Amino acid sequence: MVDGDIQFAPDGRLRHCLTTEGMGGERITEILDLAESFAGVNDKTIKKVPLLRGHTVVNLFFESSTRTRSTFELAAKRLSADVLNIDVQRSATSKGESLLDTIANLQAMQCDLFVMRHPESGAANLVARHVDDDVHVINAGDGLHAHPTQALLDVFTMRRHKPDLSERSVAIVGDLRHSRVARSEIHALRALGVGEIRAIAPRTLLPVDLEGLGVRVYEDIDAGLADVDIVVMLRLQRERMEHALLPSSSEYFAGWGLTPERLARARPDAIVMHPGPTNRGVEIDSRVADGPQSVILEQVTNGIAIRMAVMALVAGTAPQREGR
Amino acid sequence: MSTDAATVEGWLDRMARSIADTLGPELPELLIVGVHTGGVRVARTLHERLSPNEPLGSLDISFYRDDFSRIGLHPRVRRSELPFTLDDRTVLLVDDVLYSGRTVRAALNELFDYGRPARVLLAVLVERAGHELPIRADFSGTRLDLAPGQQVRLNREDLGLSLRDTRTGEAIDG
Repeated sequence: MVDGDIQFAPDGRLRHCLTTEGMGGERITEILDLAESFAGVNDKTIKKVPLLRGHTVVNLFFESSTRTRSTFELAAKRLSADVLNIDVQRSATSKGESLLDTIANLQAMQCDLFVMRHPESGAANLVARHVDDDVHVINAGDGLHAHPTQALLDVFTMRRHKPDLSERSVAIVGDLRHSRVARSEIHALRALGVGEIRAIAPRTLLPVDLEGLGVRVYEDIDAGLADVDIVVMLRLQRERMEHALLPSSSEYFAGWGLTPERLARARPDAIVMHPGPTNRGVEIDSRVADGPQSVILEQVTNGIAIRMAVMALVAGTAPQREGR
Repeated sequence: MSTDAATVEGWLDRMARSIADTLGPELPELLIVGVHTGGVRVARTLHERLSPNEPLGSLDISFYRDDFSRIGLHPRVRRSELPFTLDDRTVLLVDDVLYSGRTVRAALNELFDYGRPARVLLAVLVERAGHELPIRADFSGTRLDLAPGQQVRLNREDLGLSLRDTRTGEAIDG
């Protein structure tokens, strides 16, 4: 799906943030650099800047989320925006109101930035095509399609630990087939020119188009982890087992779980990442999740700075008037 | 019109003496903070001249500007670095040019998000007529009265100053 174009304003600036596909290395680097500056805000006594004063951010989550929703909310509040959290389970949508009607009503309340998570691929794009010119959409995960801010915070975390990404090897382990994080991350890593991307998973959890994206596929985790610099673990969703794509969780752990012994095959200074929530004993051993190579909680912290950067960038592209 | 670096260095010497006189025995405890980008360069030379105990601080006020809704975010925002605690200290805020006063307003707002200084003083190389806010410099190198379409800037290569026409971007001689 080529859909990156609608996220740009006619002058080339980022108007919505929908996908890392087609975003380009230069723009991704700009977002990462900006996030470094926003990370400084979180060191201050008063962790707030007045940038989005007067803006209203709506967290519109049609799927449950704790980490993503809270970091978006904190990011918006640290930018001084007003924040509205819509509980979709109890909203008019469950009474049959369509998605676009919901958005139109929120626009009528002068809400101007939508952070949206939806179980259907393309939902954020649909909304972005219909909102007013001065309204912005950030995709916080749509179906199996994309989760751009998670990918951006992941590459931000990688760059902080391994600034020379073009020399580095990244292994993504687990359910790549159903992972919007993996998809967005592969696009971001390719745009940044990372040295090597590997995918490690049982055949049933591999998407079909990986080689076309320049990814090397391994079914054997020991071979796949050899000498990598960065290990990205993905969450295993239990419903995959119900659909018979997988044996039991203990068998999955035996075959593809990240244990200290397996991690020892990666480079000694390799970092371990996980977008959360982690299933301990299913895809990752607690000794690894809590071990010295884990940067899982750093990812959470970095998520705030990345989301501040993305919100500030898109909100800053409101109708252009004469500068001073 | 332009001013060569040697002249500006002379102003800086005079400003440094004046700052030292004002602070007296407090001088070693002075915190110096420059505003990106020109202000940091001026602040650095004042820091060298005055040698206070604490390292130089810097502020990028992009997140505090009052024109964000009109022109968006500056693409190159640097991280503000204040490697000290501001509470109950005297801060010398430094910029290259004071014109509308909006940059200083933003810098003061940012400064107070880091702590509560006892006193803030303002030093600028050029105090230009045309203030839009009740903000004045405590120490300045020179005062200029320019036409609205003119801009005074630090040279890239040294601390000399030159005038530019903001519409054409060309240097103004004379």
